[in-house]
Formats: sequence, structure tokens, C-alpha cells
Amino acid sequence: MKPSRFDATVLALCFAFLYAPIVILIVYSFNASRLVTVWGGFSLNWYKVMWSNQGLMDAAWITARVGVISATLGTVLGTLAALALVRFGRFPGRMLFSGMIYAPLVMPEVITGLSLLLLFVALGVDRGFWTVTIAHTTFTMCYVAIVVQSRLLTFDRSLEEAALDLGCPPVKTFFRITLPLILPAVLAGWMLAFSLSLDDLVIASFTTGPGATTLPIKIYSQVRLGVTPEINAICTILIALVTLGVIAASISTKRAELRRIRDEHLAVRNAT
Amino acid sequence: MAKTLGPVKRKFSPWMDPAAEPFIRFENITKRFGTFTAVDNLTLDIYEREFFSLLGPSGCGKTTLMRMLAGFEEPTEGRILLQGKDISNVPPYKRPTNMMFQSYALFPHMTVEKNIAFGLEQDKLSKGEIAGRVEEMLKLVKLEQFAKRKPNQLSGGQRQRVALARSLAKRPKVLLLDEPLGALDKKLREETQFELMDIQHSLGLTFLIVTHDQEEAMTVSDRIAVMDKGVIVQVATPAEIYEAPNSRYVADFIGDINIVEAAVKETRSALGAPGLVELDSKGLSLAVEQECAAVRGDTVAFAIRPEKVRISADPPLDRSVNAVHGEVWDIGYLGDFSVFIVKLEDGRVMRAAQANVSRLVDRPITFGDMVWLTWPVEAGLVLTR
Repeated sequence: MKPSRFDATVLALCFAFLYAPIVILIVYSFNASRLVTVWGGFSLNWYKVMWSNQGLMDAAWITARVGVISATLGTVLGTLAALALVRFGRFPGRMLFSGMIYAPLVMPEVITGLSLLLLFVALGVDRGFWTVTIAHTTFTMCYVAIVVQSRLLTFDRSLEEAALDLGCPPVKTFFRITLPLILPAVLAGWMLAFSLSLDDLVIASFTTGPGATTLPIKIYSQVRLGVTPEINAICTILIALVTLGVIAASISTKRAELRRIRDEHLAVRNAT
Repeated sequence: MAKTLGPVKRKFSPWMDPAAEPFIRFENITKRFGTFTAVDNLTLDIYEREFFSLLGPSGCGKTTLMRMLAGFEEPTEGRILLQGKDISNVPPYKRPTNMMFQSYALFPHMTVEKNIAFGLEQDKLSKGEIAGRVEEMLKLVKLEQFAKRKPNQLSGGQRQRVALARSLAKRPKVLLLDEPLGALDKKLREETQFELMDIQHSLGLTFLIVTHDQEEAMTVSDRIAVMDKGVIVQVATPAEIYEAPNSRYVADFIGDINIVEAAVKETRSALGAPGLVELDSKGLSLAVEQECAAVRGDTVAFAIRPEKVRISADPPLDRSVNAVHGEVWDIGYLGDFSVFIVKLEDGRVMRAAQANVSRLVDRPITFGDMVWLTWPVEAGLVLTR
């Protein structure tokens, strides 16, 4: 069916609405002018400036470390929580536990941030790198738990039973059979946790301390002093990284699909 | 025709020998899931080298019973003995049983040879020993050229054989097979049944198979236990189950059978003493020669398999046989057999099967013909349960 003019217009408007701000940001990152909204010709100058901005680079490095550590911790804890929810059947307090896993997803970030801040203050912990990392771990593990849980729900338990039956003790069975098979979901959970940690501003600003300024906090505080084109530059790089990630993910999905089809053909051809 | 057959089977019946020790013993096993009783106070002996089937409809407890032997379920009450030792508290990974799963449960991230080697690696065998055993298993199931394949690169039949090879690799004392051929098409299933029998026979293992397919159970088993609602209704050889079912349930579950209600008119039989039992079924006089505990006036069931009923246009000359008269209502042509559905004079329906021994397309008996159905006194059955 031919799309009507109305449909095409709606679609165009939607995309414009979604992507116009991003396009503007990318375009102005190549602006030679110091003024953000006045086009002064093409230049890569702001990328160079950004690179030599020590504060920005430090913030980026801290964000990367917080992201990797909190995503890793969150993935381990989230996977364990998912296993408990799916595998232990009906234990007393299961409803409460599963509800508590979902709650941080809908909880306003301000409240999560504030409550974590109160906790750290009450415990007398100096705020800094580790408090941000712990805070990010607590909220990212919920997302991981949900991603891994949905994979475990479709996991064929008889695979684990087969391993046990063949003499493999339970813990070894988890590492030899279960984990390799749910690994794509665990990695997806890790990616999700990492990207959530990467762009979190609210919780980080509650729980951070001196010397642990993450990139979103840095960008936000610089913007308050006026938008500089180097902010555009670093944001463009972030967008590029995210885009690459999405493209890589879709290519690997496509490849897996092609491989599956090829395997099926092989199986059919060799049916005896 | 070129297919080689395994060794000739010898008569095998350790269950008849009172001195024989059972290999596996389920002793007063009860399994409850919440308020549902899956297995109800069940006792069963299985002997070494036996090919034993648990047969029943879904939900009858057969799979639960097998899973208790594998160690995936714990009995609520009772004990399971293997070679006289109680294994009820032994975890599945320490039991000398291996299972072939209904879904095959092949590890999708490992190649065929890795799948087969998995159990052997757990036993800490040397690399060379494992490789040798894997090769032997691949040869046994004729999959040598598929060693490096992943399970999803195999057809259903090949996957089934990998699953079999993997469960046999550790040379278990007992091999448990959960609906092993359910996913295969009919032709492949029949071939595989004979392969299974050959493998069981040549390796000298004890096989316990769970199935709802009565033909499969009949073909492969030394003995069959027919289960219903968590209890065993009858344990016997396939021939006994078919020819001498102990209840309406077993008679009806195995094969095709005509069953009618009847009252005992006269009996010259008692337990342990076969004799002629005369029955009356709503005016039809029937006679059966068998051992039967029913006394005069008891309500029983009379049963007869369709293939034991002769169909003829002429009345029988021999007055000692049972004979009923009716009209051919329908004919089911099955190729090897034709099943005639005959409406008796009192409106009841009876089935008679006849082997199609000649290549006639037009059968001498056709729709609407008046026919006589006859059978000798030893062909029918009186069922008291």
C-alpha cells in the first residue's frame, strides 16, 4: 500500500522532533565560531580543545571507571537476584522480594539519590568515587535482574538436570551450562547498566563528593556557565559511541539469525 | 533388507524366579505435590538387564516415578533401592543412573563430541580414555561424521541419537528414557525402537522407559507396568498385558477391544481353576473358557479383541463357538487389516478385524451385508475389575 501524504508528514514530524536537537548539537560541534548559535565555518578545533581540557577528561575517566565497576557489580548481584526469583519457586516473601526488585525502576531518581545520600551521611562515609559507584550498583542491578530474569524464564531446566544427571555438581553446572547459555542476556544487562551509569546525573550529584565529578555532572555545571562548543564536541563523541554500540548489537543479532538459518538448512540437508 | 540384526534374543524372565534379587526396588513410594498425589504407595521391582516400560496417560505419575529414580524428585514416603542399597538421599550427580530426556536436553553451546564427553569429564577420566569412549559411542549411534557439529545443525533423529550416546557414555547401571522417541516421525520411530533394543541387548544394561505410546512399549519391553492415577494397574509381559489384561482399564488402554457389560449365568471356574464361564449380556449368551473368580450373578465385563472375531456371511456350523448376527455398518480399510463395524440386532456395535490376505480391491463382505461374527470360547475375556 502506498503511504498517504498525511502518514508521511506525521512520520517526518516525529523524526524531526526526535532528532533535530541532536543534529543541531552535532553540527555545532564542528563550528569554528566561539558563539554556540552562530555558524562560523567548519572546524575540528573544539575537539582539540576538549582533548586538552583536563577537567573534562578527568570527569570522563571517572565516569568510565564508575560505569565499569558499578555495571559489573550490578550484573553479578542482578543475575543472582534473577536466579533467586526464577529458581527458588514460591518462598515466603517472594512477592515482596520481586516487588522490591522492580520498585527502583519506578522510584523517582531524586528519592533514590536522596535516600542514598542520607544513608551515607548516617554511616559517616566520605562521599566520593566509591559512594557513586555503590549508588549506581544499587539501581542498575534492578535492570540487570529484569533482563536476566526474562531469559531465565525461557531457559530449559532439563539442560541443567542433564548436567547434574551426568555427574556435574550444581555449582559447576551453573558455570558450565547455565551461565554460558544466559550470557547474551547477562552481557545485555551489563551494557544497559553501563549506559545507565554513564548518563546518570541525578543520583550521582546526590552521592558524589570532591574529586569524583562524573561527566554528566561536569557537563551540567559547565552548561550553567554557558554552553561552549567543546561540550557539543564531547556530546557528539558520546552519541557516536552509543550509535556504534547499537549498530554492533544489531549486526550481531542479524548474524546470529543468519547462522541459525544456515544451521537449520544444514540439519535439514543432513537428515537421514 | 540389508540391515544386520543384533544377536538373537533368548527367553528372559528373572521376575519368575523367586530367588532373583531385584536390581531396582521402589518400596511403598508416595510422592505428593502439595495436595496432589502423583504416585500413591507404589511398590515395584525391576531386574538387571530388563527393558522395562512405564506406560500410562499423561499425569499418571510415570514421569515422576522415573525422576525420583534419577534423583530430581524426592519421594514423600518410601525408599528406592538400587542393588539393595537405599539411594533416596543420594543427589542426582552421584547416582549411577543416566537419563535421556524427552527434549534431549543437548547442550546447545557444545559440539556433539563435547556433549558426549561431558559426563566422562566429570569422572576425571584421562583425555585419551574420553576420546576413545566418545568415538565408540559415535560409532554405536552411527554419527561419526557429525562429531564437530553443534546440536542445532542436526536433524531431529540425529539429535535423538546424540542424546542416547551421551546418556550411554558413562555406562550407567540403569538408563532412563523419558518418551525417547516421541519427537520422531513414525517410520524413524519404528527403526529406532529396534536399534534401542539391540543396544540394550548388546550392552547388557537395564533400561527403564517412560512412554504413553502403547505400541512402543509393546515393541521394546520385556515387561510393562501400566499406570493410572499414581498406581500400577498391571505389571506383565507385553503378551500378557495384551492377551490377559487384569482390568477394563488395561484392556481398553492397550490396543483395540470390544467391551460389554454382562452378568455371570453359570461358572465352572474359580481362582486357579480355569473352566467355562457362561455370561448373559442383555440377552446375548456368551461363553468364555478362563480362570475367573466371579460367581453366579456377578456383574462383569466381557471383552474381545477385534482380530479374534471372525466375520462371515454364513452361520457357524460349530455350535460350541460364540456367534452374533448383525449388519455391516462401516468398514475401515487400513491396508494390512480391514476393520468391520457391525451393528448387532439389539443396536449394539461390535468391531471385527480381518487381515487382508489377498489383493482383492472388492471385498466379499460390504456395507449393509448381514453377517455372522464368531469366536471360540478361549478368545474372549471376562474382566472382573
